[in-house]
Amino acid sequence: AKTRASLAENVETLFRRAKAIDEDFFEELEEILIAADVGVKTALALVDELREAAAEQKIRDAAELKPLLVEKLVALMAEGQEGASLNLNPDGLTVILFVGVNGVGKTTTIGKLAHRLKQEGKKVLLAAGDTFRAGAIEQLEAWGRRVGVEVIRHQAGADPAAVIYDAIQAAKARGADVLLCDTAGRLQNKANLMEELKKIVRVIAREVPGAPQETLLVVDATTGQNALSQAKTFGEAAKVTGIVLTKLDGTAKGGIVLAIRRELGVPVKFVGLGEKPDDLVPFDAEPFVAGLFAG
Amino acid sequence: MLFESLTSRLQETFQKLRGKGKVTEADVKEAMREVRLALLEADVSLDVVKDFIARVRERAVGQEVLKSLTPAQQVIKIVHDELTALMGGQAAKLELAPTPPTVILMVGLQGAGKTTTTGKLARYLQKQGKKPLLVAADVYRPAAIRQLQVLGEQIAAPVFTMGEGADPVDIAKAGVEHAKGERLDVVLIDTAGRLHVNEELMDELARIRDAVQPTEILLVVDAMTGQDAVNVARTFHERLGLTGVILTKLDGDTRGGAALSVRAVTGCPIKFAGMGEKLDALEPFHPDRMASRILGMGDVLTLIEKA
Ligand SMILES: Nc1nc2c(ncn2[C@@H]2O[C@H](COP(=O)(O)OP(=O)(O)OP(=O)(O)O)[C@@H](O)[C@H]2O)c(=O)[nH]1
Ligand SMILES: Nc1nc2c(ncn2[C@@H]2O[C@H](COP(=O)(O)OP(=O)(O)OP(=O)(O)O)[C@@H](O)[C@H]2O)c(=O)[nH]1
Ligand SMILES: [Mg+2]
Ligand SMILES: [Mg+2]
Repeated sequence: AKTRASLAENVETLFRRAKAIDEDFFEELEEILIAADVGVKTALALVDELREAAAEQKIRDAAELKPLLVEKLVALMAEGQEGASLNLNPDGLTVILFVGVNGVGKTTTIGKLAHRLKQEGKKVLLAAGDTFRAGAIEQLEAWGRRVGVEVIRHQAGADPAAVIYDAIQAAKARGADVLLCDTAGRLQNKANLMEELKKIVRVIAREVPGAPQETLLVVDATTGQNALSQAKTFGEAAKVTGIVLTKLDGTAKGGIVLAIRRELGVPVKFVGLGEKPDDLVPFDAEPFVAGLFAG
Repeated sequence: MLFESLTSRLQETFQKLRGKGKVTEADVKEAMREVRLALLEADVSLDVVKDFIARVRERAVGQEVLKSLTPAQQVIKIVHDELTALMGGQAAKLELAPTPPTVILMVGLQGAGKTTTTGKLARYLQKQGKKPLLVAADVYRPAAIRQLQVLGEQIAAPVFTMGEGADPVDIAKAGVEHAKGERLDVVLIDTAGRLHVNEELMDELARIRDAVQPTEILLVVDAMTGQDAVNVARTFHERLGLTGVILTKLDGDTRGGAALSVRAVTGCPIKFAGMGEKLDALEPFHPDRMASRILGMGDVLTLIEKA
């Protein structure tokens, strides 16, 4: 995967091609960022800041500007993030809610995270809160079997908040450490579906003080500028605490999370690199930034 | 909307030039900068934007705008016309084989909406009096077969499956044979989502194609796709020879610039738009409406009338 490529190497190629720092250089940099889905506004702002820094520090050689840019982007993505660790409740049940638009990878990420937490020795339970999409419950159950974790479910068409409520009672009764709650994919402009999500959040908060400890917005790396609007709207409806960036094993760079981080401050916690149980890794800013400049 | 619409920005640009009396080539260049921004903000891929701007600029400086009293409207009109033309002008139809069954192969990235759209197309065909068969050739995604079966139940369409243990190529072949035996008109083959860079799985699709010779090979594309749309569409087209595209999730608030990217790199018509999760939420694709949407202006038609 591109994100795994060495940071130094990739940024190197950009700066090696450029000789002097002129307008062409900045324009090329801007285009690289836009082509990585960073967005025009954020790309322009980042390049402007770099242009200022270059003037201020009287930097004329592209090679000298390189560490500045890399530092800047890595710092932006990594600031205040110690190993992208999850906020887990040390003494009691942790509830993690997964939200996002349709087809981004919520259910799959739950399967992968269950696998990861189980390997860390945690007792994990899954809640089949997507009662809407055809086969969604069976999909989560298949993941439960695959990674050896129990799934609490109702019938298709049931009230999702009721499923989550039951799952919380089951998690308490069984002394589970972590409950991972799946929800149906929903587009952020559907007011009724966002209300349904708020109801789920209310149930969780009422049943477990301090929960949900994490509300993770799952974002598909292939997504363009709409992901910023997703982060805003889901953030308002469900207080998103972190992002999982999926499908980074393709050629998409996922640059929109740079804009999300810059405008909303939401950190990326995990990255999805495939469809297998092991294909979820903690977010690491360096290879991510390297990936923006790759190929 | 996150961004100011192009209309108001262009009007602002040309407003500054009023009084000077005459629009110059430099002014058009300035206007093109605004158009470029609008397209990039709508997620049209960078290379596609560059080509497009070059073409529009040529037309714009070819007198139309320079002489106009309403240069902003003229630019919008040219941009809108060119966008609509690039996206195919007219709404495109589904091709049917002269002798049934027609075979339709659904392909695309993970989570794009293939399985749902397979169900929607079946529903659409039923309404035209056809008898479709759904074929479950995704043996990888957990419960993918179950998902297709549930959709089949919802519309009372038969679903052909051989379980998760069978080879997708064999499933596709057997599905077509089954349709012939049962005298069903259209075979819709749902395949697993895959990355365009996954050689093995792309090869699997090529083998399915060779085995069942589909009339339509439809790439299902999420309307929220960003800059990567060109890479995805180009690779799928090169490997399979697509016949059309279906854009999903257009019921969201994305501008949907991917439509332009995909159309530009494949030359294939966009045949349908997915407008929701329910099986009746499939509409014919309208290039002119999509052009307005990408530009972020519902008011474009009235403006053009004034121009
Ligand atoms: N290549 C790749 N595919 C992924 C990744 N994560 C998820 N997928 C695939 O993306 C598709 C959609 O994943 P789901 O987990 O069903 O997505 P979802 O958000 O739960 O979808 P809905 O519930 O329908 O909204 C499936 O085919 C997954 O296997 C990833 O990191 N890389
Ligand atoms: N809002 C909306 N959701 C859609 C549309 N089309 C599909 N979806 C949803 O998108 C998600 C993914 O759809 P699927 O049909 O499972 O996608 P897929 O391409 O078959 O996914 P994989 O088989 O995992 O690759 C589901 O939640 C669908 O309900 C649409 O037009 N609008
Ligand atoms: Mg799901
Ligand atoms: Mg599918």
